[in-house]
Amino acid sequence: MDLTTNYLGMKLRNPLVVSASPLSDDLDDIKKMRDAGASAVVLRSIFEEQLRLERFELHHHLTSNTDSFSEALNFFPEPSEYHLGPDDYLEHIRKAKKAVDIPIIGSINGTSLGGWTDFAKVIEKAGADALELNIYAIPTDPDQTSDEVEQTYLDILKAVKGTVKIPVALKLSPFFSNLSHLARRFDQIGANALVLFNRFYQPDIDLETLELSSHVLFSTPQAMRLPLRWIAILSQRIKADLAATGGIYSAQDVVKMLLVGANVTMFASALMESGLSHLRTVEKDLQDWMEKNEYESVQQMRGSMSQIHCEEPSAFERAQYVRAIKSYVPAKGN
Amino acid sequence: MNKVYETIDGNEAAASAAYRTNEVIAIYPITPSSPMGEWADQWMAEGKTNIWGTIPKVVEMQSEGGAAGAVHGALQAGSLTTTFTASQGLLLMIPNMYKIAGELTPNVIHVAARSLAVQALSIFGDHSDVMATRSTGYAMLASNSVQESTDFALIAQAATLRSRIPFLHFFDGFRTSHEVAKIELLGDDVLCAMIDNPLVAEHRQRALSPDHPVLRGTAQNPDVYFQGRETTNRFYDACAGIVQQAMDQFAKLTGRAYKLFEYHGSPDADRIVVLMGSGCDTAHEAVDHLMSKGEKVGVIKVRLYRPFDVESFMKALPATTKSVAILDRTKEPGSAGDPLYLDCVYAFKEGLEKGWGVIKNMPKIVGGRYGLSSKEFTQAMVKAVLDNLRQAQPKDHFTVGILDDVTHTSLAYDPEFNTEGAERFRAVFYGLGSDGTVGANKNSIKIIGENTDNFAQGYFVYDSKKAGAMTVSHLRFGPKPIRSSYLVNKANFVACHQTVFLERYDMLRYLDQGGIFLLNAPYGKDEAWNHLPRTFQEQLISKKAKFFVIDAYKVARDSGMGNRINTVMQVCFFALCNVLPKEQSIAEIKHSIEKTYGKKGEEIVRMNLNAVDHALAHLFEIPVPAKVDGKIEMPPPVSPEAPQFVRDVLGKMIKGEGDDLPVSALPIDGTFPTGTCQWEKRNIAQEIPVWDPQVCIQCTKCSFVCPHAVIRAKVYDPKELAGAPATFKSTDAKDPSWKGRKFTIQVAPEDCTGCGVCVDVCPARNKSEARLRAINMNPQLPLREKERDNWNFFLKLPTADRRELKVNNIRQQQMMQPLFEFSSACAGCGETPYLKLMSQLFGDRALVANATGCSSIYGGNLPMTPWTTNRDHRGPAWSNSLFEDNAEFGLGMRMAVDKQKEYASELLLRLSDQLGNDWVQTILNATQKTEADIYEQRERVAGLKKRLQSINSEDARQLLGVADMLVKKCVWIIGGDGWAYDIGFGGLDHVIASGMNVNLLVLDTEVYSNTGGQMSKSTPRGAVAKFAASGKPLAKKDLGMIAMSYGNVYVASVAMGAKDDHTLKAFLEAEAYDGPSIIIAYSHCIAQGINMPTALQNQKAAVESGQWLLYRYNPERVAQGENPLQLEKPAKKIPISQYLNMENRFKMLTKSKPEAAKRLFDEAQKDADKRAQYYEYLAARKWVSANPQTQEAESKNLPVGR
Repeated sequence: MDLTTNYLGMKLRNPLVVSASPLSDDLDDIKKMRDAGASAVVLRSIFEEQLRLERFELHHHLTSNTDSFSEALNFFPEPSEYHLGPDDYLEHIRKAKKAVDIPIIGSINGTSLGGWTDFAKVIEKAGADALELNIYAIPTDPDQTSDEVEQTYLDILKAVKGTVKIPVALKLSPFFSNLSHLARRFDQIGANALVLFNRFYQPDIDLETLELSSHVLFSTPQAMRLPLRWIAILSQRIKADLAATGGIYSAQDVVKMLLVGANVTMFASALMESGLSHLRTVEKDLQDWMEKNEYESVQQMRGSMSQIHCEEPSAFERAQYVRAIKSYVPAKGN
Repeated sequence: MNKVYETIDGNEAAASAAYRTNEVIAIYPITPSSPMGEWADQWMAEGKTNIWGTIPKVVEMQSEGGAAGAVHGALQAGSLTTTFTASQGLLLMIPNMYKIAGELTPNVIHVAARSLAVQALSIFGDHSDVMATRSTGYAMLASNSVQESTDFALIAQAATLRSRIPFLHFFDGFRTSHEVAKIELLGDDVLCAMIDNPLVAEHRQRALSPDHPVLRGTAQNPDVYFQGRETTNRFYDACAGIVQQAMDQFAKLTGRAYKLFEYHGSPDADRIVVLMGSGCDTAHEAVDHLMSKGEKVGVIKVRLYRPFDVESFMKALPATTKSVAILDRTKEPGSAGDPLYLDCVYAFKEGLEKGWGVIKNMPKIVGGRYGLSSKEFTQAMVKAVLDNLRQAQPKDHFTVGILDDVTHTSLAYDPEFNTEGAERFRAVFYGLGSDGTVGANKNSIKIIGENTDNFAQGYFVYDSKKAGAMTVSHLRFGPKPIRSSYLVNKANFVACHQTVFLERYDMLRYLDQGGIFLLNAPYGKDEAWNHLPRTFQEQLISKKAKFFVIDAYKVARDSGMGNRINTVMQVCFFALCNVLPKEQSIAEIKHSIEKTYGKKGEEIVRMNLNAVDHALAHLFEIPVPAKVDGKIEMPPPVSPEAPQFVRDVLGKMIKGEGDDLPVSALPIDGTFPTGTCQWEKRNIAQEIPVWDPQVCIQCTKCSFVCPHAVIRAKVYDPKELAGAPATFKSTDAKDPSWKGRKFTIQVAPEDCTGCGVCVDVCPARNKSEARLRAINMNPQLPLREKERDNWNFFLKLPTADRRELKVNNIRQQQMMQPLFEFSSACAGCGETPYLKLMSQLFGDRALVANATGCSSIYGGNLPMTPWTTNRDHRGPAWSNSLFEDNAEFGLGMRMAVDKQKEYASELLLRLSDQLGNDWVQTILNATQKTEADIYEQRERVAGLKKRLQSINSEDARQLLGVADMLVKKCVWIIGGDGWAYDIGFGGLDHVIASGMNVNLLVLDTEVYSNTGGQMSKSTPRGAVAKFAASGKPLAKKDLGMIAMSYGNVYVASVAMGAKDDHTLKAFLEAEAYDGPSIIIAYSHCIAQGINMPTALQNQKAAVESGQWLLYRYNPERVAQGENPLQLEKPAKKIPISQYLNMENRFKMLTKSKPEAAKRLFDEAQKDADKRAQYYEYLAARKWVSANPQTQEAESKNLPVGR
């Protein structure tokens, strides 16, 4: 049984990848992931905005209320150096690379072009095998056109590709007017993979205090329908690899994603809920399913049900929805 | 030898030499010497080595007494050891100083000389502290300037090793310790050349070691003690020579030559002034000027005061000396003369007898005092002193620099006398603490000092208020050395960085003819002139000054700098002062920005660079018209309705004219009226809270938490609204017991600091716009006048009858009048709400003992005090003794109150026949538990006093004097964690163990806040503080647990922001408990690096994470067979790390030492888990009681307690 797959120019032992999450913060956990069968690990994103805000915050706290009162001209010792950059993150990459033999993929969320490229450069230098660009922005400016929004993504990718030699994956949100078109343009610039889809934190309301709350929800199994559709549509239409992420919990989910054309499937919520060893179960179930259904390899099944290869290509398009409703016949009687 | 110049202050200069020539450093924070210890600690943290290549060990002790003990011990064990201190700290070292000197141990103590607490505490500079140690046997070496403070630190260290006499090296607090000047740093090569390694080896050889044991510290008896005391004479005899030798060696190494007594002046001078410290430099300049006018005058600078070398003194005097004035910067009441004066008088006697020196006849000698508590000492005063010597009968025992209209000691001087020449540029800047003015000026001094051949000097005068504090920077630079150790009083350049100062301070008073006035204001080019008060316009015209304006806030905001206008104003200064070519100055500012902020990230650099680039485009010169046409007059500093003393005395101090007050204006014993903050309307808030009665649920949380008591609530009869101003707000009271009454929340608009804590705590939301609450911030200026009227009307509304209030209900309790209001604490202070609560509940019968610290500063720093009185003129009586003795101070108050009550009771019984036995018994047996009880007892005592007046007996007269003590009094002992956990812990422990009825309130900010954030034993693990740059490695001391161990102490741990009703309960129970009580109150603080408007959320998070426990331990419950410990179960809703990351004190460790942060944060979680587990275990225990009924219940296995 050949579970290997190719992703970002690397041959992975199976299609089970741990996606960017706090799970990979601890070196021991990365080892456990490897032991449980993960074929690669994407580290938690480094957020340029957060680093920037933290610098402002530190500067604010170290300068406010200083030189005001004769007995207390300041309140903190001034360290001779700060670790304000991504130093910890880079160190983590280095250590992770030493600790495990599976690929380690760095992840960035930038806010400025300079930030994207600077981080990309240092992450490559720290030894990451590949890079995932976690482009995470909710455009709200009514004067900004869709074109401009898309151009920003293209500019970032172009800049990063021009900076590093390691493969670059692009993690996207599903909220584009025509993802197929945009995907092709990413492809032209040289994106090595598209990771579908990014999940934004959605705000909630605390009815007690009438304040917005932002606690994170795990993705639900239903969420996988969206990447499933788009991977199916994009598969074999672009050169870039495709990674499925969001709502993948079981081997069945993995199989579905592979069938529509995903190179890899990514796990986070499932592992948070069931523990890192869950990967072992998934791998075994995958093997069992393939055996039972007489598939020889992941390569063989990958994309066999993509829009191009499936029996009913339009099922992946909007009509599917219409038909679904038509086919839904309410039970007669009460 | 390569000369290295640096622009630093006196503290850093002294510490630099001390650190590099010592191995062990024991420290404790005290103003103005704290920065020396902080530098040492920082250098240790950075791994800087001393001249022997090893990193000195720096340890913070619990007090200066402890530091001195540690120094003594380290010296005994053979290490080169030093410490830094001042004032009261030095007093605490005296016992060890005698020992160290008696044992002939080389040691240097570096002192930033400061006033002692006498009729009042003062943090400023004079020689009272060092003079108090002159009999200890320490040699005393005085530095006069920043340069000398590093030079003499080394000379003292060299001389102590050579002479075996320990040295006290001192320089003037603030004037030298905080003056920034361009000096030549001492290289390690100079240090190595001056420190003799064989002498270090000898020091070690003499040390205690079990390998060659000796005994030291014996007890001696009448047979030998005296002789033993005389054994050291020859060392003292040799000391002066050794010091001069070290000075000579130093001169060869550095080119800077010093003498034990250094004469400067005319070779044939007949009038000489003798003094010590920074005043010498001023005298030096004045003498130069007077000599240039042909006067024959001179100055003797005393460098080595102890041992006093009479021969050297005499040899320093020119043969022509006819009269001498000796100036002391200290006061010894009751002595024949102040100390330096007496020493010099004696020196003349002995010197003339022995024929030392060249003078043959006894000159006329007079002594005088100057400069106490950093009082200005100017060239004009030096001239007055020298002029006095011209008199046939010069005034003796004079003072100079003040007006003594009572005993007429003062010399008159001409304040206009000034000799500073045109070659020297002088500038004065008025800024706000938070706007970065001082930092920018320090930086400008550095730029000028390091990029030009100019000498440069900066001195900074800070406000004593913590919120809205004004800073005044005094800068000088010029081609010749600057010896002016006084404030700039003729400036070429005056900058006002805050528009609001225009109406408060006459800043142009010190502008020289043809000078420049730069104003930061939001006014356009055409309107700026019209916004100037008339007096400003008049002076600009009469002084032919130039006037420039810039909207620095706009530039700062547009550049992303927020309210930091420092860089913008700095660029304008350089553009206008022409000390450097404009391009060069801008390049240097940019270079310095990169250097200063580079490590903090490129964004910070970029925004500063943006500000530089945009500043000059917004700087405009405003033509000064020929005529004054302004309509704005400067308002009086306090309301004309204020009492006379407030208007005439305190008002002058507010205006910055306190120096002009004569002796007669001041109280003779340091006693001041309370209730004075109300008269100073500071108007420092940009925005103030505005109440929305429609949204309000009348919980009064806003007034409960208001740190400045500016939000008040009242409930009253509707008829009281007659005559209310049109905008006065009122609504129906919601509390069922107030049916039919009206309710108002009113803000004092001119006293509010705009902290916003009230808004954050408000739980009510506007139903149609959820961002609004029942209280919202709005710009103050448009509201000021209307709300002032509303506030005044509100004050006249009747205050609720205390007898009718349910005090354990916050809404009702908040109707009590705060007797602590409008303090100068930081905006959003976390301590003051607790004080205000105490004052509301018990203030009308409270004596307050207040430890030195933030609370004594915002509570008792002149001119105003927030402690006030109610309509019956009752209120807290407040005093501050010291930092270290506050618990004992309060215990003394309790003993006095109890004794007088006991005596009054005895007298009552003695007079019971005349007064009626039943009535006497009623008075004696009054329970006084409730407000109503106390009210009734007050009525009885008032009646008693009336009756006593008609009884003609000594007992009746005696009883009149103590009758008030028959009404219940309470004693509150208040202080911060520095007091309670560290310096005052011994006393605190003794006081809670005394069983006496006192209440201790620990305002726990977990750091020494007042002195600038040094670690205390209350500092939690992982917090970064001064002396804990790598994060405090150990857990916070559990003071509550220690107190509980006595069993009979009421203990509460509270956090107002987490659970306000718990706090209220604790205060009520603590006061009700007839024994010692201690409340440990979580007090957020700017020193924690938090956002003050939302600081109560930090308190909440501290409790929700388990970092802070809420509990009450009430020994009275034992009698009921209940567990005395009631723990609010730790919520553990959030991990400790989430709380820690809310505060810079913890979070910055993740940026400075990420590894340590990870480890310490993990340990902090374990601490919290363990603590919670232990407290939960204790609180869950069934209580075995001595109560027979309970024992019976227990034996029957019935439920007991919790």
